[in-house]
Amino acid sequence: MTVRTAELLMAIATLALSLGLMFNVYADGLTIGWVEGRGPGAGMWPFWLSAGMALAALATLVRWVQRKTPESRSDAPYIAPETLFLVAVSAVSLLALLVLMTVIGTYLSLMLFMFFYVRVLGKHSWAMTWAFVVGTPIFIYLLFEVALTKYLPKGWPIFEEGFLVIDNLRYEYFY
Amino acid sequence: METILVSLGAGLMQAFEPLNLFMIFAGCLAGLFVGCMPGLGSVNGVAILLPVTFLVPPTAAIIFLAALYYGAMYGGAISSITLGIPGASTAVATVFDGRPMAQQGKADKALMAAAIASFIGGTVSVILFTLFAPPLAAFALKFGPQEEFALMLLAFATFIGLGGDDIPKTVFSILLGLVMAAIGFDIISGQPRMIFFDMVEFQRGIGFLVLAIGIYGIGEMLWTLESTKGQVTMHKVQITWARMKANFAEVKKYINSTWLGSFLGFFVGTLPAAGATPASLMSYGLSKTFSKDPDSYGKGNVAGVAAPEAANNAASTGSMLPMITLGIPGSPTTAILLGGMIIWGLRPGPLLFTESPDFVWGLIGSMYVANVATVILNLAMIPIFIRVLAMPFTLLTPIIFVLCVLGVFATTDRMFDTWIMLILGVGGYLMRKLNYPVAPAVLAIVLGPLAERSLRQSLISSQGDVTTFVTRPISLTCVLLALALISYPLVQRALRRRQSQRRAA
Amino acid sequence: MTYLKTLAASAAALAVMAPAAFADWAPRKPVEFIIMAGTGGGADQIARLLQGLIEKKDLSPRPFIPINKPGGSGAEALRYMQDKAGDNHTVMMTLNSFYTTPIIQEDLGVDVTEFTPIGLMAMDTFLLWVNTDRNDITDLDSYVSAVKGAGLDWKVGGTGSGQEDSVLTAMMEAAFEYEVTYIPFPGGGTVAKNLIGNQIDSTVNNPSEQMEFYRAGNSKPLVQFTGERMAAFPDTPTAKELGVDIEYYMQRSVNGPPGMDPEAVEWYTNLFQTLFDSQEWQDFCVSDGLTCDAMMNGAELANFHATQKDAHVALIEQVGAGAITGE
Repeated sequence: MTVRTAELLMAIATLALSLGLMFNVYADGLTIGWVEGRGPGAGMWPFWLSAGMALAALATLVRWVQRKTPESRSDAPYIAPETLFLVAVSAVSLLALLVLMTVIGTYLSLMLFMFFYVRVLGKHSWAMTWAFVVGTPIFIYLLFEVALTKYLPKGWPIFEEGFLVIDNLRYEYFY
Repeated sequence: METILVSLGAGLMQAFEPLNLFMIFAGCLAGLFVGCMPGLGSVNGVAILLPVTFLVPPTAAIIFLAALYYGAMYGGAISSITLGIPGASTAVATVFDGRPMAQQGKADKALMAAAIASFIGGTVSVILFTLFAPPLAAFALKFGPQEEFALMLLAFATFIGLGGDDIPKTVFSILLGLVMAAIGFDIISGQPRMIFFDMVEFQRGIGFLVLAIGIYGIGEMLWTLESTKGQVTMHKVQITWARMKANFAEVKKYINSTWLGSFLGFFVGTLPAAGATPASLMSYGLSKTFSKDPDSYGKGNVAGVAAPEAANNAASTGSMLPMITLGIPGSPTTAILLGGMIIWGLRPGPLLFTESPDFVWGLIGSMYVANVATVILNLAMIPIFIRVLAMPFTLLTPIIFVLCVLGVFATTDRMFDTWIMLILGVGGYLMRKLNYPVAPAVLAIVLGPLAERSLRQSLISSQGDVTTFVTRPISLTCVLLALALISYPLVQRALRRRQSQRRAA
Repeated sequence: MTYLKTLAASAAALAVMAPAAFADWAPRKPVEFIIMAGTGGGADQIARLLQGLIEKKDLSPRPFIPINKPGGSGAEALRYMQDKAGDNHTVMMTLNSFYTTPIIQEDLGVDVTEFTPIGLMAMDTFLLWVNTDRNDITDLDSYVSAVKGAGLDWKVGGTGSGQEDSVLTAMMEAAFEYEVTYIPFPGGGTVAKNLIGNQIDSTVNNPSEQMEFYRAGNSKPLVQFTGERMAAFPDTPTAKELGVDIEYYMQRSVNGPPGMDPEAVEWYTNLFQTLFDSQEWQDFCVSDGLTCDAMMNGAELANFHATQKDAHVALIEQVGAGAITGE
């Protein structure tokens, strides 16, 4: 995909987004006009600002047709093939991290995530790998749960029970 | 005046007791550490405070608290500069120039500028606080919704020129930020707005940090990975004494921006609605507008680091003013401090100064000392922070991603926000590749809720009469200033054109 | 204390094997202490004070973590609790939006009478406040005539449409047959500040939000909407004394999600009873004008919630949801 195509698609997407927002506000039955004696209604701000977004998106479309923006004249690839892999892997690994956090809990997911980056992508030594795989959850546990008293997601109950066994040790021996 | 000095002296004496001095350094360190994690700021750091509170006497706890607060403010700049991720909402503007400086191998310069500007901002602010607390509190009371809206206009006016050269795309970015700010419950009418797919989570709205970390954390990382083809490691900086000295000599380059940021930050911070984030953004915008070389901003101008840093530290002191004199928190952190004060049996309000002078002056005294302690710690630790930049991408990337995800989770305790962060981050990255500027959206989401609310409050109270903004003196002044600021670059450009025409002729 | 810890630890160890089948229940993980309002408000102050006391007195083997879920006048918090049905490690600090929010937002799908009542910590009260600069207003009559004279120019500040003070304002409009302009602000503290700065003309704040300004002589109460005069305001008449039938309270209770285990309920009830009886809490009640005579719990509190809910349905019907939301 060239930058030129990408700009067209993005302009269409932003236009659709703006119109969708306008429709959403309108369909919710919010007052989009001026209420006599009260000023703007609840929907006025989001509706008319979305309308402005739509106009800005249209302007970009027009400039694309006229080939005014540098992007609309560029036939370079939108994402260079040699880096596409790297970007895609990063985005997908994050997605996997978020999904795993809700299923197997924060700490196990962190270990998998670190293993993937340090060993699979980075090809670092095993010593380095284990330092990160074990060190990251410990650091996060100490920072978030112990110091900042945040209860991070623990996933499904079965994984939560497993974590609680470890967490109990902390309360038993350190308080 | 004399009574102020005597009381201040007593406050400073308190700060120098061994236990209290220890608490200052411990607090600064804890604050620095928490503040430099993406997404975590002094709000989270205050959680550390509670257990401490029951171990030491209240005065020591207050001092720990003030130190933690300052440490977190300084710490926010560290991740803004080294990682390009705002450590706290107050440090967003620091990214604009701090990040390019780090990429040019000048991270140490940027960090030093941030530390020195923060110190000056914090000190100026605490002096103003000492001298003028009561009259300033009276002035803050004059700020109604009309004045707040006029101030927001002024803030928007300072951003002119922060966008890119593609006007439709800049406009789109600003408006998108403003619309996103409106998601959730409308407090004026009590109606839910833009609850997509009927998900209750949207009622809370999309927080500023979710967007900022999405765009600057996830989006920026993707961008860097792509543009460097995985060679994220930046220039290693060798810290030597000579280099440190040379960095010190650079102070004059940004001293003017620092003074501007200090006074502006203090003033904006004292206003109950505003707080440190708008203050730092306004300071950056103004510093750029009045700079001799505005084009170098955003490309690694050291004054672009100093201006917001001076302002956010000054504002964080300033935001203590409404809390201490009126009992109204000026920022989320001070709101939690307020909770802490109640546990100690102290009631913030107009009588606090007269009824609990030990507490108030102990707090003010420790602010002076905490400022000094933080700048020392910060300067000493610059070589350690710089080392982060030398990490290979396969180690740095996962660490940043993990901190972004958990940082966002920690602000609201919801996985929902981390999903939104990922979507906004990837979306922001795709748009940025097509020359859509992202900074305007981030700025707009901070100011959007304040602007809309104050606009509608004003119009309700004037029953729909728009002249209300120009019939009140403070509001009128702000509106006129805003107009002047908007026209300033245009006038300047016209003048320049005439000059060049004359030269040509 | 060590006794309690050993107990908790052994309870925890056993509970891993046989969850919920153990009589001496105690939390096994940090307890989420949900606050259905933002930071700095009355409910937040109370929750953070209670959390601090729990920690200070070492009353729980696991910490209580205060979490603010202010979205949509508490809708976010209510929905969260509903989805946590059966969870033993979540409790919520509530205020009157506990009743009003599910009524105004019909499609929320929350029935608060299904929630597990734990303890009513206090009843907060409302007073009508004006700035002391208003020398022309000395009592309710002069207030009403001033409002009627000003008409819609009279500005009343509040914490948001659909919040309890907007309900009370609507009740007053109905009782005195006047109409005012209601301006929402984020939080009771901001409302108080705007009253002192003369940005608004009157407000119905809780005592805790105005107390310091009142003591400093910046604001004065005209009427209290209680059954009897409070000790903190002996010279302010109640609305009933003046022949106006408005009595309105703000409940400050702790509740669990629907379907909490009875053992857990018992543990939490004992915990909050201990807190309620503590000197610190009773002192706070006195200084902040809260009514804390006895802690209501169990079936008594469930009844209380049911009556309050019905009362709010009637109230909102009477004044009309439109009068509250303003559109």
